[in-house]
Amino acid sequence: MTDAQNHDADPDPDADRAVIRDALGVGIGVGLYGVTFGALGPAAGLSVWQTCALSLLAFTGASQFAFVGVVASGGSPVAGALTSVLLGGRNVFYGISMASHLQVRGWRRWAAAHLVIDESTAMGVTRPTSHQARLGFYWTGITIFLIWNLTTAAGAIAGDAIGDPEAIGLDGAVAAAFLGLLWPRLDSAVPRAVAVTGVVLALLLVPFTAPGVPIILGGLSAVALGLVWGGRR
Amino acid sequence: MTDLWWGVLAVCVGCYALKLAGLSVPPAVLEHRLTVRATALIPVGLLAALVAVQAAAGDREVVVDARLAGVATAVACLLARVPFLPMLVLAAAATALVRLV
Repeated sequence: MTDAQNHDADPDPDADRAVIRDALGVGIGVGLYGVTFGALGPAAGLSVWQTCALSLLAFTGASQFAFVGVVASGGSPVAGALTSVLLGGRNVFYGISMASHLQVRGWRRWAAAHLVIDESTAMGVTRPTSHQARLGFYWTGITIFLIWNLTTAAGAIAGDAIGDPEAIGLDGAVAAAFLGLLWPRLDSAVPRAVAVTGVVLALLLVPFTAPGVPIILGGLSAVALGLVWGGRR
Repeated sequence: MTDLWWGVLAVCVGCYALKLAGLSVPPAVLEHRLTVRATALIPVGLLAALVAVQAAAGDREVVVDARLAGVATAVACLLARVPFLPMLVLAAAATALVRLV
């Protein structure tokens, strides 16, 4: 990117409006499925408060689903937290790629950091100027944050009221949610091989290990194999 | 505090710390090639394992039940580019329906 692009010399109101419109579209669409996370919390044995705390304070969808998924399948909260935080590792790299556009210090950095997630980064880093990158990032991040937390609360209260989550197929929906998060990452041979290996290793470990362990051990072994395969190319 | 609350707290603190780290560290620290590749693959391995366990793990055994119908429905939806939320609703409906019959 050149200096001229980096400085916001040429404000373009039409382009700005287009960025905001896209950000709102993605933000509302993604924010709404907070309702599924909310409904899953109580189904996994979390209280409404614990479910809402995750959306408010962790605020990173895949990690939240992972914690709830591991706990729901009988895993310990430690195994759940470990899986969840490992999944959150990618946010470090999102932060690195947004830092030069955001240029935030002090309390602003602390606030902006909370908005660093898949969608806000995707709607930010692809823009031609830092000004538009910031617009995409903040509009997407803040829209999702607001809607995600409202729908989580609504889902958690509704989920708490539903006696038997399995009767409405919520456990099948959790598997579908993980698959939906995984799907866009299967864009080449190595990730596909890692995914298949992860499935096989996890299932092989199920009879021999405590709940939660197949996810961490199976998943990370597949990653290690993927690094070896990828390195040979 | 219960174990579950400690788990929730660990997730919240851990995930936020990672986000803040990304905005705070000099990029060179983490731009090592292996780190970048590992970070791209970790979500793939963990999510795949999560799909498997969520779809087919019982009490220390692999079981085939109605959840598999939900996953199959999800695959069909993803291939047909159905958006996330309708996909989840259809997957839940398929699971519930198969469980009923």
